[in-house]
Amino acid sequence: MTEIVMSQTPPILHGPTEKEKKYDRQLRLWAASGQAALEAANILLVNSGAGTVGVETLKNLVLPGKFTIADDAIVNEADLGVNFFLDESCLGKLRSECCTKLLQELNPEVQGEWFPKKEVRKTHLVDQDSCAGILDLRSTLESSSTFTLIMYTHPIKEELLSIIKSYATEHKTPLVAIHSAVDTHPEVEKTTDLRLLNPWPELVEFSREMTKDIDALDDHEHGHLPYVVILLHYLEEWRQSHNGQNPISYNDKTAFSKFVLSKARTNNPEGGEENFQEAATAINKNIKAPELEPGVQEIFNHQVSDEIERRSSFWVIAKAIEAFYNKHGCLPLPGALPDMKAQSTVYVKLQSIYKTKARQDAQEVLETARALPGGKDVDPAEVDLFCKNARFVKLINATPTSENLDAIFDAETMNDEAAEAMKVETDGAFTLPMSNLFIYLALVATSHNIASTADEIMSSITGLIPKAAGSQRVLEASQEVARAAGGELHNISALTGGMVAQEVIKIITKHEKPGSLANLTIRHIHTISPFWLEKAGDVIVGPQTLCGNARLDVRQLLNVA
Amino acid sequence: MAAAATESGVSRWQYLDHIRRTRGPFNQDSDVSEEALATLDKTKILVIGAGGLGCEILKNLALSGFKDIHVIDMGTNSYALAPDTIDISNLNRQFLFRKDDVGKFKAEVAAKFVEKRVQGVKITPHNCRIQEFDEDFYMQFQMVVCGLDSIEARRWINATLVNMVDMENQDSLKPLIDGGTEGFKGQTRVVFPTLTPCIECQLDLYTPRAAVPLCTLATIPRQPEHCIEWAHIIAWDQEKPFPSLDKDDPEHITWLYRKALARAQEFGITGVTYSLTQGVVKNIIPAIASTNAIIAASCCNEALKIATTAAPSLGFEESYMMYSGDDSIYTNTFKYEKKEDCAVCGEVAKPLEVNPNWTLRELLDSFSTKADLQLKKPSIRAEGKTLYMQFPPSIEEQTRSNLDKTLKEGLGLDVNHEVAVTDPAFPALTFRFILRFA
Ligand SMILES: [Zn+2]
Repeated sequence: MTEIVMSQTPPILHGPTEKEKKYDRQLRLWAASGQAALEAANILLVNSGAGTVGVETLKNLVLPGKFTIADDAIVNEADLGVNFFLDESCLGKLRSECCTKLLQELNPEVQGEWFPKKEVRKTHLVDQDSCAGILDLRSTLESSSTFTLIMYTHPIKEELLSIIKSYATEHKTPLVAIHSAVDTHPEVEKTTDLRLLNPWPELVEFSREMTKDIDALDDHEHGHLPYVVILLHYLEEWRQSHNGQNPISYNDKTAFSKFVLSKARTNNPEGGEENFQEAATAINKNIKAPELEPGVQEIFNHQVSDEIERRSSFWVIAKAIEAFYNKHGCLPLPGALPDMKAQSTVYVKLQSIYKTKARQDAQEVLETARALPGGKDVDPAEVDLFCKNARFVKLINATPTSENLDAIFDAETMNDEAAEAMKVETDGAFTLPMSNLFIYLALVATSHNIASTADEIMSSITGLIPKAAGSQRVLEASQEVARAAGGELHNISALTGGMVAQEVIKIITKHEKPGSLANLTIRHIHTISPFWLEKAGDVIVGPQTLCGNARLDVRQLLNVA
Repeated sequence: MAAAATESGVSRWQYLDHIRRTRGPFNQDSDVSEEALATLDKTKILVIGAGGLGCEILKNLALSGFKDIHVIDMGTNSYALAPDTIDISNLNRQFLFRKDDVGKFKAEVAAKFVEKRVQGVKITPHNCRIQEFDEDFYMQFQMVVCGLDSIEARRWINATLVNMVDMENQDSLKPLIDGGTEGFKGQTRVVFPTLTPCIECQLDLYTPRAAVPLCTLATIPRQPEHCIEWAHIIAWDQEKPFPSLDKDDPEHITWLYRKALARAQEFGITGVTYSLTQGVVKNIIPAIASTNAIIAASCCNEALKIATTAAPSLGFEESYMMYSGDDSIYTNTFKYEKKEDCAVCGEVAKPLEVNPNWTLRELLDSFSTKADLQLKKPSIRAEGKTLYMQFPPSIEEQTRSNLDKTLKEGLGLDVNHEVAVTDPAFPALTFRFILRFA
């Protein structure tokens, strides 16, 4: 979690400022710098359809920043049944204006703006035939200060979308598409990189110095060896008796763990040693074959398409990191050291060894980057951030082909069969998440025409993947999506609005990995009935069943639509 | 509910009504008659908590077509004497509150706001602790939705709802929907009391935050938090700079911050800040609006599904949905098993491993950190005799001398003896244990 950076000198008798008090609970999640980024943000919502999910998103973001709503719908009775930021007095007025005013009322520090300024015609954006709304959007974009981020909701007219996309390309604005169902980047198991299998000389020396007479240490010293040092020491011994091999396989790890525990002293008053316990626990997470996450591998394999892309700082740094990896066989050290039993001075020293190394690695990456074409002005802070998160960076944009659609469909169908079998076998005690691909497909089919019938949705899906015709889950998904008939349920909109807001916060405060700063498509559940909530929840997610690649492919699929 | 359609053919609840009138592939057997649809209007639902989650829950229930909502807000912990009032740090997440509302009761302000915004909903606020109401009060509702940050209050309402179930009377079974958040994480649970695993069955999911060993604080601090805890627990007691610690007094926090900072510098530790000091001392859980929005929406979605059968709800199969936005978005639903030795809904005594040489005091202390107990003021009886009682003072005095006796030698306890533990926070509960010696 982001470190909290705040002034070291607090106001002695006044305590925190009013503003710090007001934002206290969130300042604890992201730095004051993140808060500043949120305050400087200027967010555009291009709203359409039933129109609640976008407004719910903004509600969660109402911060001292700026927001603009572009929406030419006129408030009707149905809006009042689903949108909390409208009331009786809004009937017949512009939805953009009414929502802006009631959102703004949440926080007097926020600046809200809306477009169009006048009613264009008394229908929703989607139903409109003329280009009045489109012209508005173009002039909205021109007449406003640069947007930090643009969110748009489906269904959206293709003309509007193309205006948004060209603006985003020109200004490098992250776009967030809000539709329905599910998608973000996959969960990667969180590990701190202690580089136990690939230590650098200073770490090795520090560890050897502490353990050279390990058996002669008194109980106090022995019981306060940090587990990093314990593991480095016994890894050396292990390799000597195992042909120089590290304990990587499950069996070897188990044996190594027993070996380490057998070295703990038990004839002391406590009857055991906590630090050796910690060491044994740390083995599984911290001793790993030096393999790249698929997402990182994909970044390294990515062929940049043109000179502009080649010179973007993201790709320059990615190239520099790849060069680092090829040279050292590992990614730059993130530098964080988890807490572990140790003497204060020893821990602080070890912490500084990790930090120093991380700084050196980042410096090396920075120098490499600066020598690359377009890398002259690369920001050291961006390099730092990239190095800290290098293991998690993923590629989000890619182009799909119909073969991989077929392959995904097969894989996801198999996943569901396995999940079914597991459920039957264990009498429900273990469940595997069901695939959400089918929900995706059904939702994607309604991107531009949300009130489709189940048959229309089915035929749109089978147009892409003919073999989907016989799938029960595709059929059910189509029926369930059609059931909503383009309406929104407030709970689903609120839920989706919460998830989108979380992602937006991560983008703006850069809490999230730099890779996700590329255009991001978030599709969450909002047009569909409640059932999907937990089912889609199951499916979005389980890293057990959807491997990173499959998920990237799903993302590609979305870009088709 | 179905308000008359306006001239344009558009009606207020058309999206919701459409879903409810149209069966989908997963609720083929739902009753979609007009009489069945009308039952939502008569459903009386109770919301516990009017904080970050509670505000969202009230808004969502009102916009889900619930018409008769009650809300209780009791304060930040159940021992608090006064109901919770609005604090400036609530404003940015608790979107129903404005600056002018600072110092007012949360339940009242929230109820009034939602009533005004959503026509036709009636919200009745109660500014008190949930423990002040009896079973008759809870019996009037069809469902309870909890948005609390207190584990103790959750356990209390859970035990109360389980005890209320009368197998002869179907209406005595009140589904409990429970939401909780911390930072970017959260969970939604649905309990059908006595039928599905209850909150107490799942108590070990809330491991009390592991206390840092005192020796670490006293001799080998490594983290900024260790220095702050040292200032809080050790330095404050030694120096007593003020008669008693007021965690809301900036002067007191500043004193702790300075102490912690000096200690950190002595050990070469960085990262002690005023804000962190305040966070550690007050045990502040970081909170953001969006996580509350997600969990509240998920809870209300369950409430709507249970009330309308518009889609299958959590409960009998999977009953627990977890959400984590820490690293991307991850959610999963789980099935939990009922524990037959659950103190609330189970029938049998639980085995308890103890060291025969422990004193009774050591045993009682261990109850506060034991994940499936978490009792602050336990009293204990064994084999028909009282070993220690916290209340009333006369009994406390008579039994106090037992605290320093060892379990086996001093008190004569042995393997397979049954002990019964109670705590004033959960008057309806008796935790039964069968002793085992480690
Ligand atoms: Zn239970």
